[in-house]
Amino acid sequence: MSYSSIGRKVVMGLTGLFLITFITIHLLINSFSLVGPELFNAGSKFMGTNPVIQTMQYVLALGFIIHIIMGIRLTIQNNAARPIKYVHNDPSANSTFSSRYMIFTGVLVLLFLILHLKDFFVPIKFEHGTFGEDYDLLVRVFSNPLYVFIYVVAFVGLSIHLHHGFQSAFQSLGWNHPKYTPFVKKLGLVFCYVVGIGFSSIALFHYFNSL
Amino acid sequence: MSNMNLTLKIWRQKDAQSKGVMETYEVKDISPDSSFLEMLDVLNENLVSQKQEPIAFDHDCREGICGTCSLYISGRAHGPMRGVTTCQLHMRSFKDGDTIYIEPWRSKAMPVIKDLIVDRSAFDRIQQAGGFISVNTSGNTQDANGIPIPKGDADKAFDAAACIGCGACVATCKNGSAMLFVSAKVSQFALLPQGRVEAAKRVLNMVHQMDKEGFGNCTNTGACEVECPKGISLENIARMNREYLSAKVVSDEKIG
Repeated sequence: MSYSSIGRKVVMGLTGLFLITFITIHLLINSFSLVGPELFNAGSKFMGTNPVIQTMQYVLALGFIIHIIMGIRLTIQNNAARPIKYVHNDPSANSTFSSRYMIFTGVLVLLFLILHLKDFFVPIKFEHGTFGEDYDLLVRVFSNPLYVFIYVVAFVGLSIHLHHGFQSAFQSLGWNHPKYTPFVKKLGLVFCYVVGIGFSSIALFHYFNSL
Repeated sequence: MSNMNLTLKIWRQKDAQSKGVMETYEVKDISPDSSFLEMLDVLNENLVSQKQEPIAFDHDCREGICGTCSLYISGRAHGPMRGVTTCQLHMRSFKDGDTIYIEPWRSKAMPVIKDLIVDRSAFDRIQQAGGFISVNTSGNTQDANGIPIPKGDADKAFDAAACIGCGACVATCKNGSAMLFVSAKVSQFALLPQGRVEAAKRVLNMVHQMDKEGFGNCTNTGACEVECPKGISLENIARMNREYLSAKVVSDEKIG
């Protein structure tokens, strides 16, 4: 399948939509922390013990890896398709910023992901004995203004990535229809704002609470 | 509007093997009513009279229907106007004193032959791979209009068939992808009963040939749709994706 250009875009679209479901659940759990430690720790415990979630985390890791490798491969191939660049080009006249900078916002999110795994995933999964400490960890990390700044920048990046990615995934899978596509585009726009503002505001909430 | 003086920065390249370079030319007293290609004709007349090599550029019908003219003008395929080919672009779209950049389509699959002329035979090979229907011309050929076709399908097929194969989609795509062209050629047949017969084989073979030619991958930026002089819709690319997926997954057709 990945040997054809259409196969590759289908793989990008499917893994992208899968990662979108992940980010939605992640935002939901994060929002529990606005209510209080009990609810957030309970959510964390559910995610850390539920057998379905525990199985899906390996699928999720695979989804990330495929999406990232394919994205890098596509960028290399696409660059090679135009060995001599235009001396004068005006791409803003015909396409959105978000659609042209997918690899940049993608790499930004990847770099953040590495930092994020180190600061949250590793301690929660391998170091904490019970799930009672997860809320304290979150509060501690978000009391660092530099971390919160990096966090917000990363989510602006993800938001821009989703601005194109959400509706693009539908087009790649051939799900373009005059009745539904306008709705999908609006939903994508709402979703990218919800993710960007949602994650950032939770981090900022805990930072200002810690002052 | 009075006549204009312009500075032109034009890609000059001796042949496919040579390295090209942007050269600067001045043209004076250009009528705003003249077409872009007529302006280049004036420049070439001047160059010939000065015993210089004229600028090579593609053109044929000069009425926006043949798909021969190309030119990447100041960063846009077919220039700043929407829905027109370069030959339909007029100098009234520019201002006196403007500097205009003129470059060839840039794609690995469409290499420059000379100056502003590129080799678009990759498109021909994609067409030959499946952009046709097989009809038995024994003398008993059925009238195509004898098969009732819903008006909506006929309109969509016609809109897709408006593609003139100029290559603006490839030129403007940041990935150098040919998907708008190929999807138009797939769609114009896939929407009609005469084309359905070979639909699975067609899409497999045309996409295979497209990839073989070295075009890039589509990332749905939508630039092609904006710059297409014939207004070919992105819906065609989604249709091709569907056609390809169903051909690959469901049909027993193979490439070849």
